[in-house]
Amino acid sequence: MTIAVTNLRVEDKLYQNRYVVDSGRPHIKVRPHQQPSANLYALTSVCPAKCYELNDEGQVEITADGCMECGTCRVLCEASGEIEWNYPRGGFGVLFKFG
Amino acid sequence: MTEEKFDAIVIGAGMAGNAAAYTMASRGLKVLQLERGEYPGSKNVQGAILYSNMLEKIIPDFRDDAPLERHLVEQRFWMMDDTSHVGIEYRSDDFNESRPNRYTVIRAQFDKWFSRKVREAGATVLCETTVTELARDTNGRVIGVRTDRTGDVILGDVVVLAEGVNGLLGTRAGLRETPKPETVALAVKEMHFLPEEVIDQRFGLKANEGCVIEAAGTISRSMAGLAFLYTNKESISIGIGCLVSDFATTMESPYELLESFKNHPSVQPLIAGSEVKEYAAHLIPEGGYKAIPQLFGNGWVVAGDAAQFNNAMHREGSNLAMTSGRLAGEAISRVKKRGAPMTKENLVLYKSMLDKSFVIKDLRKYKDMPALLHTNSRNFFTTYPQLLSQAAQNFMRVDSTPKIDKERATTAAFIKARSRWGLVSDAVRLAFAWR
Repeated sequence: MTIAVTNLRVEDKLYQNRYVVDSGRPHIKVRPHQQPSANLYALTSVCPAKCYELNDEGQVEITADGCMECGTCRVLCEASGEIEWNYPRGGFGVLFKFG
Repeated sequence: MTEEKFDAIVIGAGMAGNAAAYTMASRGLKVLQLERGEYPGSKNVQGAILYSNMLEKIIPDFRDDAPLERHLVEQRFWMMDDTSHVGIEYRSDDFNESRPNRYTVIRAQFDKWFSRKVREAGATVLCETTVTELARDTNGRVIGVRTDRTGDVILGDVVVLAEGVNGLLGTRAGLRETPKPETVALAVKEMHFLPEEVIDQRFGLKANEGCVIEAAGTISRSMAGLAFLYTNKESISIGIGCLVSDFATTMESPYELLESFKNHPSVQPLIAGSEVKEYAAHLIPEGGYKAIPQLFGNGWVVAGDAAQFNNAMHREGSNLAMTSGRLAGEAISRVKKRGAPMTKENLVLYKSMLDKSFVIKDLRKYKDMPALLHTNSRNFFTTYPQLLSQAAQNFMRVDSTPKIDKERATTAAFIKARSRWGLVSDAVRLAFAWR
């Protein structure tokens, strides 16, 4: 299958990757909040796997299934306590075929 | 396993961890290496270029069986604006030598090979094991680790933290700080597959020759960043990285940035028709010399990306990781051979060996470069590339304008954009940061 190199959505990009999802044990959690800080809000566009999205109330939610474990969100939001960040259990998470 | 005690426990099976584990195991130490991925390399991301000299110092005959892609004969540096690039390139047949200097590699494959060497040297390698905590005695001395396999402590005389740029253990234990948004870049990368002969034709290569393109300019949308394109045997690694602090300020999306780079008229023909097989993201240490943390303590040392060992100016990271891992392994082996304890006083040997190596010397040379490029990113990554492109086009495009007027227009454009003082100041600061 040859994919045109233009206009790929991030979902299509992530579809190429291999993951072993640890169901029911997300390795990143967002602390409940009324309004996101600037850094937390920035994750909705800066996260390379687009794991962070705004809900209808304007709060930031995470679905970590497509996470590539880069740590960008940890660097931006762990110190403030807005997110809790751990590595997945051994063997789970993204498994790069090429890296 | 709780009864057992290891001479050394290595956290991570990347370049630094494998170098350290191999060095110690081959000197007869009892080594346990822990890796959270399914196999060594499954969590690792790099461009990737392998530097022969640094690997030869660990495994001299690596060329016999290491999975190498292409040896590099050509390097291109591009300054890009939206429709063009101004380039410097160097290609030499001298790089077609019996023991080539640099190769492209695919990390997941290379790391599996390196890990096999580590096991053959006698180390115990345990994958699918996330280390959750450093175990310390009442004096704060690191005595081992806890993992997610068992709650028990695995004991080791010394722990080598080769846990990568985003390592949790050392930062959670307060041995070093979590990287700051200003000291790490986020890079995204794709693997584009094409037949070997198509890559050969597009880049003018033959017989495993390889080409590297590194590009800066308006593609990073005024952020401090760099894009790259590396030829592997049957694939092209293509990616772009920018400072995390710049991403947070601009709210640019990294995959849109990558799409723009791929669709740039200078790049698109090189990857046209390729099949994408992976999309990866990783952080890169960018803080340089000033971001290097404390490197050793009672019962521990830190190596590789976790120690911020990356030369951003020369885009060298894995060789600093390999070398720091090797030196950590050599230092620990020497302390062990003396029968001395793995205390801070004895492990300072690692730091003094690093100080004498290219690792610290190179990082010290460019200690002021991160501050210069990171705080003036608009000038260096947008204004100058655009000015250069306009100057080049002005020079190339033939019309009836007298040449003297063209030259004056180019000079006026530079002065208008940066002012005379700004141009001199940029040049002086760049020269000082470079020396």
